[in-house]
Amino acid sequence: MPSPPTGPTGSIALPEPAGGDVRTGERAGRGTADGGLGRRRAMRAHAAVATSLSVDGRTVVGRLASAPPLTLRQTGPYTVHLVSTAAGPLGGDRLALDVDVAPRTTLELGSVASTLVLPGEGESEMLITARVGAGATLRFTPEPTVLAAGCRHRLIVRLALEPDASVLWREEIVFGRYGEEPGRCHARFDATCAGRPLIRQEFTVGDPALDTSPAVFGAARCVGTTFLTATAKEALVADGVAVLPLAASGTLVSALAGDAVELRSRLKWGEKAASVDGDDCVAYGGRTGGPGIQ
Amino acid sequence: MNPALLLIADSRLPAGGHAHSGGVERAVASGAVHDVPSLSRFLRGRLHTAGALAAALTSAAALQASCTPISPAPDTTEAGTRDVTEAPPATEGGAEGGDDRESPWVRLDDEVDARTAAPAQREASRTQGRLLLRVARRVWPSSVLDELARTVPDPHHPIALGVAAHAAGATPEEAALAAAYHAISGPATAAVRLLGLDPVAVHALLAAFTPDLTAVAAQAHFAATSAYPAPHLAPRWEALPAYSAPALDLLAEQHAQAEIRLFVS
Amino acid sequence: MGANHDDHHHAPDGRGRALRLGVGGPVGSGKTALVAALCRTLGPSLSLGVVTNDIYTTEDADFLRRAGVLDAERILAVETGCCPHTAIRDDIAANLDAVETLEHRFGPLDLVIVESGGDNLTATFSRGLADEQIFVLDVSGGDKVPRKGGPGVTTADLLVVNKTDLAPMVGADLGVMARDAAKVRGQRPVLFTSIRQDPTAATVADWVSERVMAWSHTHATPVS
Repeated sequence: MPSPPTGPTGSIALPEPAGGDVRTGERAGRGTADGGLGRRRAMRAHAAVATSLSVDGRTVVGRLASAPPLTLRQTGPYTVHLVSTAAGPLGGDRLALDVDVAPRTTLELGSVASTLVLPGEGESEMLITARVGAGATLRFTPEPTVLAAGCRHRLIVRLALEPDASVLWREEIVFGRYGEEPGRCHARFDATCAGRPLIRQEFTVGDPALDTSPAVFGAARCVGTTFLTATAKEALVADGVAVLPLAASGTLVSALAGDAVELRSRLKWGEKAASVDGDDCVAYGGRTGGPGIQ
Repeated sequence: MNPALLLIADSRLPAGGHAHSGGVERAVASGAVHDVPSLSRFLRGRLHTAGALAAALTSAAALQASCTPISPAPDTTEAGTRDVTEAPPATEGGAEGGDDRESPWVRLDDEVDARTAAPAQREASRTQGRLLLRVARRVWPSSVLDELARTVPDPHHPIALGVAAHAAGATPEEAALAAAYHAISGPATAAVRLLGLDPVAVHALLAAFTPDLTAVAAQAHFAATSAYPAPHLAPRWEALPAYSAPALDLLAEQHAQAEIRLFVS
Repeated sequence: MGANHDDHHHAPDGRGRALRLGVGGPVGSGKTALVAALCRTLGPSLSLGVVTNDIYTTEDADFLRRAGVLDAERILAVETGCCPHTAIRDDIAANLDAVETLEHRFGPLDLVIVESGGDNLTATFSRGLADEQIFVLDVSGGDKVPRKGGPGVTTADLLVVNKTDLAPMVGADLGVMARDAAKVRGQRPVLFTSIRQDPTAATVADWVSERVMAWSHTHATPVS
């Protein structure tokens, strides 16, 4: 698996408020953002976030490299949010995000708003590469990716874990804005632990011949998964959501829903069931009513 | 085409396939599949997700079988050592030696596991694989089937199918074709039984899928050969496709928990 | 399941394994009751396993487990995908797998009974699955059934005519049934039972234990 350059991982203690970016990541794009109308040229951006362990054993967000449109802001001692500073991604954009969680540190990564994928010249790509060290904890819970009509997008996630890493990784895809036919998206997710595969899966949204198949998405308008390192004791299934203990270790919560709110509640229910069942420390903290076990 | 492929793909091959509906029984129970057009949508989705995945994995297994020198040294440990040091460029490990003594079948089987999130589907796949392996060893006795049975006694179905096809003399691409066909023929037959559909209409449906079958098999074979271009290179099975179908996962688990069922899966 | 099945499918001559007894017959003729009776009667002296082939659900297996005639783990249920006769005749793989799983877990066994899902008069067991087979009829199906024959009635190693206590009520003539059965079966035995009146099914159990003895005599594991 090719891993994009990480750059130096300095252990600079950051000013804690949600201030500006500490460093700007490599940005090879030609164009610039011009506001929210989606009329801009394709961009290449490579952002990165990395933690390190301070001498007194605390997590330090040691590297925070934004690269518009991927802007990262630290919002807590070990919390970082992705803030979009340009529309998109747009067709032609090549965006990459590197996440490095050093052994025995914690990172929570979210986003302030959903990502709206728009059409443009060619295919857009979002590549997220995450390494989670031994005994480290990562929660990745961004807002959904919405596929606007006509977009062509690739979403690639490579998650490499070391033993005893603890992860909750949520991914939500919404098939178009309200009443809109979705563009096309190909998503691939690979997670390995110490090199051994835990989960590999990919799917395509936006092929009209397949989307509505009762074998694929049926009547759903959203698809979501959460990968957890916690292993649920048994498979569970409720309306539109299944908690699937994986063969090696870990759990996949897989959900289909009519809208993003329903999807989130189904995933959270599954995350909670998997964590309560399992023995992992990235237990979901919130409370939701179950989506109705059948 | 090797005539043995006809035997492998025949639904009358006594390998237990008749008792699996591939999610159709639950889809019928929920009303999602209720007539020939809805069955057609189901089968199309299944073929291009689970079917395409099975085809790629089957082709990979057949390719592995054709590249596996028959080692008369049987005594490598069979238990325990399942932690795979993955083969990609990473040259870090080193010490143990680049190509580990570990069975290629265990590695490939791990890759199937990682691509089958639903436990019910893993179990159905292993049951069918085990039954097929049993039949194949009697029908097409070969050392590669024995080797597979020794290292992975209940292999995932695509692995058993790929190796059986190889033992029967079929090519990896033909094996992929058998896998793609298997992915829809069983569910189609199950729908005929469950819904009392006109069997001729359903066979017409299967016939209409033949161009898709060819395309799926060709893509699957391309994926397998890209991952394992030559016998002297370490296979990069991690690069194989990993198509998933969320609805099939849900159906599989619903079926496993259902009280009344006619089919195993 | 996932038992380690490597190489324990035995040599085709059946050496060193249990006798496999198929029990077939139409729906409602009393197959499950007969299997329960056999377990009850033979259980104390023989090591047994049972595989059921329900048409749907695991009702027969559950019935046997509840009856307490055999350890619950020694009873396995096989789903047959709407086709009970396929599972015992054309594609016996799942049943063989279940039989071997039982032998693997609890072996050596003396007898494994495979009960087919209720089917029609043509359903018989493959010789690849059952060494001996019993076909169960009941008198309420009418006394013409033996005359009509069919592979089950004609070729089964033992024909059992059950529910003889109902004969007067349904106007079935047991003599006619016996004569007709003899005509199509030649020397093969026919037994008349009422499992309701004799829950041990003594005569059938005797026949089975005699077959088990004969089997173990001729198929003992060769001394090594």
